[in-house]
Amino acid sequence: MSRPSSMRTPLGRVRYLGSSHSGTSDFWRQRLTAVAMTLLIVPVIVIVLMLIGRNQAGAAQILGSLPIAIILVLFIIASVWHMKIGMQIIIEDYVHNEILKLASVMANNFFCIAVALASIYAIVKLSSGV
Amino acid sequence: MTARIERPLSPHLQTYRMTLTMALSVIHRATGIALYFGTLLLAWWLIAAASGPGAYAHVQAFTGSIIGKLIVFGYTWALLHHLVSGIRYFFWDLGYGFKANEREALTWGALIAGISLTVLVWIIAYTVGGGR
Repeated sequence: MSRPSSMRTPLGRVRYLGSSHSGTSDFWRQRLTAVAMTLLIVPVIVIVLMLIGRNQAGAAQILGSLPIAIILVLFIIASVWHMKIGMQIIIEDYVHNEILKLASVMANNFFCIAVALASIYAIVKLSSGV
Repeated sequence: MTARIERPLSPHLQTYRMTLTMALSVIHRATGIALYFGTLLLAWWLIAAASGPGAYAHVQAFTGSIIGKLIVFGYTWALLHHLVSGIRYFFWDLGYGFKANEREALTWGALIAGISLTVLVWIIAYTVGGGR
């Protein structure tokens, strides 16, 4: 190995340091958000269909009502979290350059947080009727 | 020093004969990527609704155009296909549906359901609002 001064094997060096117990967190959250969206998709589609053909005033009134705003915010949180994990998996699969990978993962986080915040801010603004 | 052992790498995609489940796996990922960037359209629409009549009219002009309609139609299919295709993964995650006929049935089901639901939603959309 690179450190000939040590007689310890690589396994011996990492043993008993303990697992981080976070190895499956992304897998779990991917499923959690997927189930959430499966439950929310029908109301979300109904909301979108309700908005067809309406002008801004009509759309704003519907989007600003409490149950609709809550359903949409829940759907946005679930979908953005889901897509953040999904895109990170794709990046980790195909981007092999370490620096580029870090930059891509970071950009992915920025994009997802920006989309989530912008969408949620818009719904909150519609709900408060400002 | 022992020489570095050149272990065989796992063969990549082009080595395998294309199968239905494999194609749908690729489509699942592709629709996921499309939906990822499609959220920009969703965010734009919500921000426009919160901004005022002028901004909202821009969105409606876009979604009412041929290109806009095609994109929204594609988005609808990508969303619904990703949904039903994703439901297959729930079965597999729970340990069911791995037999050859079962996984083929699940995959065909996802493909057909995705297209059918998209057409259904658009029929309802046209019935309700006379198109976008």
